[in-house]
Amino acid sequence: MTAVVPTPLRDIAKVVRSKNAGPFEITLDIIFKSREDYEAVKKSGVITKELVSELYNVPTQAIITFGFFDLVNAVKITLPRPRAQGGIGETDMHAAQQHVPLQEIRIPWPASS
Amino acid sequence: MSTPINDEIRILTPSGMLGYGFPLDHFELGLAQQPHAITIDSGSTDSGPQKLGLGEMTCSREAYLKDLEVLLQAQHEARIPLLISSAGGDGSNLHVDAFREMIADIAGKRGWRFRLAKIYADIDKDHIRRELEAGRVEPLGPVPPLDLREIDAATVVVAQMGAEPFQKALGEIEGVDVVVSGRAYDPSPTAAVAIRAGFDPALAWHMGKIMECGALCAEPVGRSVIGYLRRDHFEIEPLNPAERCTTASVAAHTLYEKSHPFLLAGPGGTLDLSNCRYEQVTDRRVRVSGSRFDPGTRYTVKLEGARTAGWRSIFIAGARDPIFIRQIDSILDKVIGQARAYFGDVPADTYRIIPHIYGRNGVMGDLEPVKTPAHELCLIVEVAAATQALATAICGKLRTSLMHAPYPGRIATAGNLASPFTPLEIPLGQACAFNVYHLMTVDSPTALFPIEHEEIA
Repeated sequence: MTAVVPTPLRDIAKVVRSKNAGPFEITLDIIFKSREDYEAVKKSGVITKELVSELYNVPTQAIITFGFFDLVNAVKITLPRPRAQGGIGETDMHAAQQHVPLQEIRIPWPASS
Repeated sequence: MSTPINDEIRILTPSGMLGYGFPLDHFELGLAQQPHAITIDSGSTDSGPQKLGLGEMTCSREAYLKDLEVLLQAQHEARIPLLISSAGGDGSNLHVDAFREMIADIAGKRGWRFRLAKIYADIDKDHIRRELEAGRVEPLGPVPPLDLREIDAATVVVAQMGAEPFQKALGEIEGVDVVVSGRAYDPSPTAAVAIRAGFDPALAWHMGKIMECGALCAEPVGRSVIGYLRRDHFEIEPLNPAERCTTASVAAHTLYEKSHPFLLAGPGGTLDLSNCRYEQVTDRRVRVSGSRFDPGTRYTVKLEGARTAGWRSIFIAGARDPIFIRQIDSILDKVIGQARAYFGDVPADTYRIIPHIYGRNGVMGDLEPVKTPAHELCLIVEVAAATQALATAICGKLRTSLMHAPYPGRIATAGNLASPFTPLEIPLGQACAFNVYHLMTVDSPTALFPIEHEEIA
């Protein structure tokens, strides 16, 4: 029997990314290499609205989109942007580097031999 | 002359953004397929509010001229319509006219003639005020409700047009060669050409949605793409032979920069992709069917506007001393307090001081999960104030104070900062802020978007 170890999502997913969805929203995509990986992560129950709420400091009721989308083997999460894009105090105009907390989460995963 | 449109319409999109350039050999491969139209988008809010706020264009005039000359030559030779949307990035009237001038320059130089249709998208502020008071303007997503003050403050307000103004521009006079539009929903030109030829609007919108990004739907991600729309499906293929569309890459494309993967709201309705079928037709081509379009109960357009928000200056400095880095927060607090006291005659709420601390949390701020700072920091201190001179003065005071600030345990008494650049304080010009991002209900999909035809020679 293969040992199961906590594995960072970045070592499992094909794509973990963040980007603006318009100037007032940020959207995060997790795309998997295969249907099997997608199903296994979905079944692990690690990725929840509560987790997103904690990682991104957003109340669960403010989350705009959260879902596992079977047709594309992907998770999509859309949140209000912390500030309107490109204004005073901006740190990430395209919101392209806000994926890191998500890619660092650990999923129980069979250890690679 | 292209073949008459019967059971298939072919549309060529050489790039997801006019002005970014595209490979000529791939474009020619596309032209060899005898497309019925060329569509290319020029718009985006993604690089920030300056374009709307200050009337700037996304790309340089030289970059637009370079792309336009290639496109106009193809139009001139193949006699197929060329549709360019969201001129200049913001799609303001100013930039529709700027594109018109560039097209006229090229036509004059090359001795070409074009029947040009311009479609404008600036929305009269009095109209918006009336509609706001009538309860027909609502926030789009997590946006504050619109008020009269913000309408006044916006430099310009544009609305994203749907397919109808393009259909009208192409239909109301014979033989339009080139359409240049103001702000448009990105898929609108492609959808318009297809809907006008009698094809299913749902498939037309879905194909337009994919093609507006060029070959972003391919693996690896590319630039030029061609779409073949038929009665009950469409097919999509990148023009670079080294790229391929796969069922996975095409299906996943609608995740990109979108709020929801399957429900895509636009002018006049919502595209629903939840029951789409994706089939691999060849190694490089994917067939899509099952797209649906729900026109909803009323027609809305998205308003976009930005205002100026004061003037900014920054300074950039490195910090390497571990004794200083350990105390960075308390040192900054003290220095900011001193600067605020020094500028005590300036009302405190009329200027802002925002330190960005790279090497600690410069990218993610409070959301940064790693709490230990790096061995060296890059400090960028941002100051926004009512004038450029004041922003630079506050910035200078902060920089000199931080350079020489005493702190407990200090042994490097000559200076705390490593400054890479002159000027030490860098003026950034005017800051801008998106302040209109709202849906407005309209009675007519075309009435707000005036069309002008002219002959350019």
